Amino acid sequence: MSAFEAAAGRGNFDRIGHDRESWDRRYPPQEAVGGLLSKRIIVGYGFWIFLLSDIIMFSAFFATYAVLVGATAGGPSGRELFNLHNVGIETACLLLSSFTCGLASIGARMNRGSLFYGAMAATCILGAAFLFIEVHEFVGMVAQGAGPTRSAFLSAFFALVGCHGLHVTAGLLWLLTMMAQVFAKGYRADILRRVLCFGLFWHTLDIIWVAIFTVVYLMGAGQ
Amino acid sequence: MLGKLTWAAIPFDQPIPLFAAALVGVVIIGVLAWITFKGWLPYLWQEWITSVDHKRIGIMYILLAMVMLLRGFSDAIMMRSQQALAFHSDGYLPPEHYDQIFSAHGTLMIFFVAMPFVIGLMNFVMPLQLGVRDVAFPTLNSVSLWLTATGALLVNISLVVGEFARTGWLPFPPLSEITYSPGVGVDYYLWSLQISGVGTVLTGVNFVTTVLKIHAPGMTYMRMPIFCWTTLAANLMIVAAFPILTATLAMLLLDRYLGFHFFTNDGGGNVMMFMNLIWAWGHPEVYILILPAFGVFSEVVSTLSGKPLFGYRSMVMATMAICILSFTVWLHHFFTMGAGADVNAIFGITSAIIAVPTGVKVFNWLFTMYGGRIVYSTPILWSIGFMVTFVIGGVTGVLLAVPPADFVLHESLFQVAHFHNVIIGGVLFGAFAGYTFWFPKAFGFRLHEGLGKAAFWCWIIGFYVAFMPLYVVGLMGMTRRMQHYDVAAWRPWLLIAAGGAAIILAGIILQVAQLAVSIRRREELRDLTGDPWNGRSLEWATPSPPPAFNFAVLPRVEGRDAYWAIKQRARQQGKLSEAPGYTDIEMPRNSPTGFICAFFATFMGFALVWHIWWLVALAAFGAYATFVVFAWRDRVEYIIPADVVARIDRANRSARSEALAHMEATP
Repeated sequence: MSAFEAAAGRGNFDRIGHDRESWDRRYPPQEAVGGLLSKRIIVGYGFWIFLLSDIIMFSAFFATYAVLVGATAGGPSGRELFNLHNVGIETACLLLSSFTCGLASIGARMNRGSLFYGAMAATCILGAAFLFIEVHEFVGMVAQGAGPTRSAFLSAFFALVGCHGLHVTAGLLWLLTMMAQVFAKGYRADILRRVLCFGLFWHTLDIIWVAIFTVVYLMGAGQ
Repeated sequence: MLGKLTWAAIPFDQPIPLFAAALVGVVIIGVLAWITFKGWLPYLWQEWITSVDHKRIGIMYILLAMVMLLRGFSDAIMMRSQQALAFHSDGYLPPEHYDQIFSAHGTLMIFFVAMPFVIGLMNFVMPLQLGVRDVAFPTLNSVSLWLTATGALLVNISLVVGEFARTGWLPFPPLSEITYSPGVGVDYYLWSLQISGVGTVLTGVNFVTTVLKIHAPGMTYMRMPIFCWTTLAANLMIVAAFPILTATLAMLLLDRYLGFHFFTNDGGGNVMMFMNLIWAWGHPEVYILILPAFGVFSEVVSTLSGKPLFGYRSMVMATMAICILSFTVWLHHFFTMGAGADVNAIFGITSAIIAVPTGVKVFNWLFTMYGGRIVYSTPILWSIGFMVTFVIGGVTGVLLAVPPADFVLHESLFQVAHFHNVIIGGVLFGAFAGYTFWFPKAFGFRLHEGLGKAAFWCWIIGFYVAFMPLYVVGLMGMTRRMQHYDVAAWRPWLLIAAGGAAIILAGIILQVAQLAVSIRRREELRDLTGDPWNGRSLEWATPSPPPAFNFAVLPRVEGRDAYWAIKQRARQQGKLSEAPGYTDIEMPRNSPTGFICAFFATFMGFALVWHIWWLVALAAFGAYATFVVFAWRDRVEYIIPADVVARIDRANRSARSEALAHMEATP
């Protein structure tokens, strides 16, 4: 046990280690014959797995929506409620924010502050505009007696679209935190990895929105 | 100020939970006082609570599972004794209390015993077997552990503050809706599972990434030990199934808290949708539990038979086949829903098909043992006990997969006997086999063999005595979850079953004694070589217990059974391979992020149960702030200098040289 405890007497050997990719030191390159990958790849891969799990959670809400779409309990259906004009603007905001988010990733990789901060701010504004329109839509529906408690269809609608909206809200919080972090710490390797993950997250929300736009709004308004 | 929480929430009129809670409280305060008195708190905080070392996290997971096993088993004893007494009488447990007990029993045993036990084993063993230094995301691993602990804590808080669900281990609506369960019991259930479920999904993400992306040089997929394959399969299923649980429970929460209509009787809600969703998670869940156990048996049977595993490729194929097929059978949990003969037939057939890869595995284990030099120590006893018991459970499962038979046996004690047959005989025996097998690796000394064997015999005999009678009464028509009954023919069988529970209790007492005796006699049980079982995979190449960095130099893998090959080469050459050149190793620094985050999650869960909204907001902000502080760290790693690495590895090498010399002296 003694050797183990000596090794576990951590803290004694602390040293600042972000001058070089620390992962390379845990697994030095000469050992990296088979299977060892850079930390950037591993973090990105892990985050993709997480996003897949998130997509599965959304798929449960989608399935529920599909089951309950006809269960209006005498209340309004999507055809009477959805305003495709507003939803179109909403969609444009989110798709455009995905583009600016991509620009922010490039800015971060090129260490260009003007591009990074500018594109992140644009992403933030577009995301906030998206949320504003969505909340506006929700408030209007509740005001005309078409809130989530009205029918199973509306429960499923508010849960699915609201779940996406919550993700966008969390994304905005993350976005602002990332901007603050880059401002405070600079383009460090670990922070760049987080920027990469944030980008993946934001694009995934876009993909899910495309599905919501199609399944909920287009198909709903057409029925 | 405190939402729905008042003094009325404390069950002053019910002596059993109050007494139990007082006992637990005294034990916890006693342990804390003892630790503080001994001055161990700083050690505990620095070396365990904030640890991001996969080995220590694994050990803490298993500790959590064992403590919760005691709680879940005391529920079991109460149910068996209630049914033994409650013939033409009310027994000693009033219905509302009895209902909480069977709900808590199932919830605890699945989510806070079986899950932490297998996740703990995977945590401890998998990176060592892959020949690497840690999992992909060490701090996330600590977050997972502590969020799981939060869930367990909330379930146990419900014992004293308020009540637990009375709806069974899965809260079927409409009973679980606010109309029929207005109390906080279902809310405790839902929030504790939501919080621990986050931890489980993060574990799944972490382990899938680790198994697929982080390997020692040369450790290709088809050279990985089977335990790593079953870990991969189980965690793929976690990633694919647990989000469905999260979504389903979220819908029930929306129904209960905000008046949504997902599963209500009115407003167009659809109760059967809950059944479909919950079992689309629930059936993969049972394979999430059993596959790691299959991995344990594969390692134990192969090592203790002194042979490579028979049919490695078919084992991998069977594992991955189960991984996929497990998502195609969920409807067999509610054949009686009335989906029609065609739908039932399809799901009956898929349910029967999933027995095929499992059968392949059983034959592989048997053929591995055939012609081997079997060492009859405790882990292989659990394995053989598993093979016999699990096959019986599997056969009754195939019987239940036949829809007409299921219509007769649905929700009877036959079904209860079936799933205890596979979960105790499969998951729990696997957990105990793994616990005994890897204990010397974790702590540097073996568990006492005699007491371990005695515990095994009590468990297996107790299991048969407790559950075979339940098959019988199930066939006689006794439904599950009965608080009292008046059929005289059932009585003798239920008395026998209560006796079986008592025998299992003896087994548990022997296991506690085994641990205590082994710690006391650790010097004579010491594992000096780090390879107590003549092991085959890379975890046995490390000293016992392994250093924080696991491997001084990453092993080079040239085939299956990597450590066995290294040993063979050393034997042929009469010496170990040349000492490698040592370099500094950088390891992740410990972090209290997981613990602090779970601290806030506990308050958040509690506040959500009792509608204390300001505390919810405060705790959510605290959890967010914790992550920001974590993200703001500058020093995330520490360095273990080459000379410390060299010293530790030389000690390991000299122990192995001595063992080699000893082996040559006694051929």
